[in-house]
Amino acid sequence: MPPTDTSHPDYYHRVVDCQWACPAHTDVPEYIRLIAQGRFTDAYMVNRQANVFPGILGRVCDRPCEPACRRSRVEDKPVAICRLKRVAADHKDEFVSRLPKIPAVKNGKHVACIGAGTASLTVANDLLPLGYRVTIFEQFGEPGGLMRTNIPSFRLPQAVLDEEIGVIIGMGADLKLNHPVKSMRELLAHGGFDAVFVGSGAPKGKELKLPGREEGAANIHIGIEWLESVAFEHVKSIGREVLIIGVGNTAMDCCRTSLRLGAQHVKVMARKPRQFFKASDWELDDAEEENVGIIVNRSPKRFVVENGRLTGMLFDVMEYDLDGAGRITAERVTGEEFFAADDVILAIGQENAFPWIERDLGIEFDKWSVPAVDPVTFQSTRPGVFFGGDAAFGPKNIIWAVEHGHQAAISIHRHCQGEAVTERLAPGVNLQSRKMGMHEWSYSNDYNPAERRLMPHVSLKERFKKLDIEVELGYTAEQTAAEVQRCLNCDIQTVFEAKLCIECDACIDICPTDCLTITADGPEAELRTRLRAPAKNPDQLLYVSAPLKQTGRVMVKDEDLCVHCGLCAERCPTAAWDMQKSHVAWPHAEDQPPSCQPSLPKIA
Amino acid sequence: MTFIPKPKVRNPSLPRNDLGLTRRDYEGALSTLCAGCGHDSITAALTEAIWGESLEPQNLVKLSGIGCSSKTTAYFVSGGHGFNSVHGRMPSIAMGANAANRNLHYIGVSGDGDTLSIGLGQFCHAIRRNLNMLYVIENNGVYGLTKGQFSASADIGSKAKKGDVNRQPPIDPVLLAMNLGASFIARSFSGDKAQLVPLLQAGLRHRGFALIDVISPCVTFNDHEGSTKSYAYTREHYEPVVNADFVPLQREIVADYAPGETLPIVMHDGSRIVLHKVARDYDPTDRVAASAYIQARLKEGEFLTGLLYVDPTQKEFHELNDTPDVPLNSLAPEVLSPGSRGLERILARYR
Repeated sequence: MPPTDTSHPDYYHRVVDCQWACPAHTDVPEYIRLIAQGRFTDAYMVNRQANVFPGILGRVCDRPCEPACRRSRVEDKPVAICRLKRVAADHKDEFVSRLPKIPAVKNGKHVACIGAGTASLTVANDLLPLGYRVTIFEQFGEPGGLMRTNIPSFRLPQAVLDEEIGVIIGMGADLKLNHPVKSMRELLAHGGFDAVFVGSGAPKGKELKLPGREEGAANIHIGIEWLESVAFEHVKSIGREVLIIGVGNTAMDCCRTSLRLGAQHVKVMARKPRQFFKASDWELDDAEEENVGIIVNRSPKRFVVENGRLTGMLFDVMEYDLDGAGRITAERVTGEEFFAADDVILAIGQENAFPWIERDLGIEFDKWSVPAVDPVTFQSTRPGVFFGGDAAFGPKNIIWAVEHGHQAAISIHRHCQGEAVTERLAPGVNLQSRKMGMHEWSYSNDYNPAERRLMPHVSLKERFKKLDIEVELGYTAEQTAAEVQRCLNCDIQTVFEAKLCIECDACIDICPTDCLTITADGPEAELRTRLRAPAKNPDQLLYVSAPLKQTGRVMVKDEDLCVHCGLCAERCPTAAWDMQKSHVAWPHAEDQPPSCQPSLPKIA
Repeated sequence: MTFIPKPKVRNPSLPRNDLGLTRRDYEGALSTLCAGCGHDSITAALTEAIWGESLEPQNLVKLSGIGCSSKTTAYFVSGGHGFNSVHGRMPSIAMGANAANRNLHYIGVSGDGDTLSIGLGQFCHAIRRNLNMLYVIENNGVYGLTKGQFSASADIGSKAKKGDVNRQPPIDPVLLAMNLGASFIARSFSGDKAQLVPLLQAGLRHRGFALIDVISPCVTFNDHEGSTKSYAYTREHYEPVVNADFVPLQREIVADYAPGETLPIVMHDGSRIVLHKVARDYDPTDRVAASAYIQARLKEGEFLTGLLYVDPTQKEFHELNDTPDVPLNSLAPEVLSPGSRGLERILARYR
């Protein structure tokens, strides 16, 4: 293998599994260390830099970081990254004074954001400090988009939403509530905007066209619309028996909300077995804790309506054949079954809908009404019109919408300054040694075998009393202190200098997870088989050094299970190994080159 | 050394031996030697060898004297028995323990000072008795624990860290053991585990005194230019002549070896060491010729490594002295003790 090029910014970035998995590249280990030191506001700011909404995401993020966490490969449970984020948000002090100052003199450019959801707010957050005027059009009477309408308040309290959205609005965004955009043509022609960002989400719930749908319409609800009505208090009750169709995260929110509006028995109906569910494991767990029944292998057949009123639903009972890899190879119907219900909620997905964008504006759509959007620049086929969040590529989640917002903001900035949106600043990585003395490192390098802390919940008796009682209480001080020590500090990189190595084997002998080997070079696939412990995880990189001075062999490190304890560096007599903190510089609009900075009018 | 112990966390894909244990189960206490010490590598090689032989920790006896090397018995197989003796007197303790219980595996770890200076007499007599043990010399040419004075194994012309040059001739433990009639003599290097681990395994299985002289650079006092026992110098001047491949009894010899270059040696228990001769004209079963060859190469500044001499047929201590077949602790008191009448008879012989 050729020696690994660690100067490529992706190499060390990929070692930090959580940060690599985070769409917004949040510097997770850094903020966890800050929490460990009790520096909650600093931890919050590290978060905010990348993900803008730490308080919100600390509760309801989809957490792509956690399945990626190295700890889940070394033990079985990942670090509770999301819970720790909430700790930072809950305990922070005043932070608004640390945000960039908004220039009093604007740069003369005006940007429209459509929809006051995650993506648009991120765009405003990035562009306002650069001197842009940003106008946000929102159809409802409150900002927040799906964060407010679709996530029930027992998971995400309004106060948290209001605070983090308020900070961005407070930067000087011109928020126009109850102001749905009816015509893109009108906006482009007469709005006077230099760029338009569409962050209107994927607001259309999927329909289930089965017999009885129309007759039973009064008691059949579309999940996201129903949640929206609950959020705005248009709906305050539901029947005793409720069936939820679908097993995504929206379905989980629907069933738990139903229980708080008076439902006594709620069943979630799934067409397939549990391993095919789309809902996150923890959302399923939380629903089951509240005694929601989850019924698998039932495929909806028709709504049963008697005397003009919905009485239940008929399902086909399904059976599946699976192959060795767990894929469905055959399915058959083995019977049918009736489930009684007063109300049925459909939570089987959502789609983009742009009835207000005329199709002759140069903004192209595919046959499913999904706009043609560049995945890097987020620009549509009409220059100056950008999409982000669920509006761009269909439903994803909040953290993706944040990153879309960041990237779109870069494009909008470049577009408004007359620069090519495709010529973007590349990410970079800085390394800085963490050596303090002979055996001292400026991070806690000792592996802590503590197990993942469990989130304390409001008791089942209490939590149903009101809709907006937040179920998760947040970690206690003791839980936080234990959980932070579980982080392996993967951003404290093992950096190797081949020319210093004397091949004494000290690092190899001390490595607790046997991830180091000095051996003859070879092709990667073959090299992976003859390491001290075979490197079986192809998703994880191998580091291969330049040939070593004395024997010409190479140092190989399998990144997979390194616990970043630094013992290789402590044992190294020549400091060929060093522990260095990698700081991933993931560019935002403010980082673009000076030529792209707004030219502020000179003041005499 | 490191200041935190090696974490217990381990790689789940580590191989397991016949007892279902991984290498990690054969580790010992936290080493307090200097970072990069050759001795730590030898400790790791010993751990690997003992794990590979699937020895049960409670059947292992680790013995040592005084010195950096002698600390290392604490750093492997925590579950074994250990005895850290007076300087240079480890062979006596090994002798006594072995006389009392012949069923255990004895590993003595010593240094060039402990073996070749203060303990030279004890070392010679352990060889003479063909005591059944593995004797590892962690040889670095200096007294590391007292800040790097030349030891008895320092080569003529070797330079100390501060510039002094050694003028006295070295005692070479390999040549000494050749002359004393040892039955298993090997030399290796801490930085070459591929060679060292099979040698240690063969030594553990050899019935009799198995000496392995391991060049083990002192990273603090003897790893500079001008030293003849540094990592770099050792790599340049060591010359493997015979590589050993230890084949346990249960395993078939599957590799196809070219005749003339390999030499299977059958051990007393039926297991084999397959020797691969790197130098074709070297014969590790001919004491006189081997000894001459080693000296000739030494004169040219090259030291030979590998299994330099082996004779599995030599009688070991228990055979020579016609001792009981079982450990003394398994004998009934009336067998062990002659009783007052028996004592009378014995004493009568001397009157």
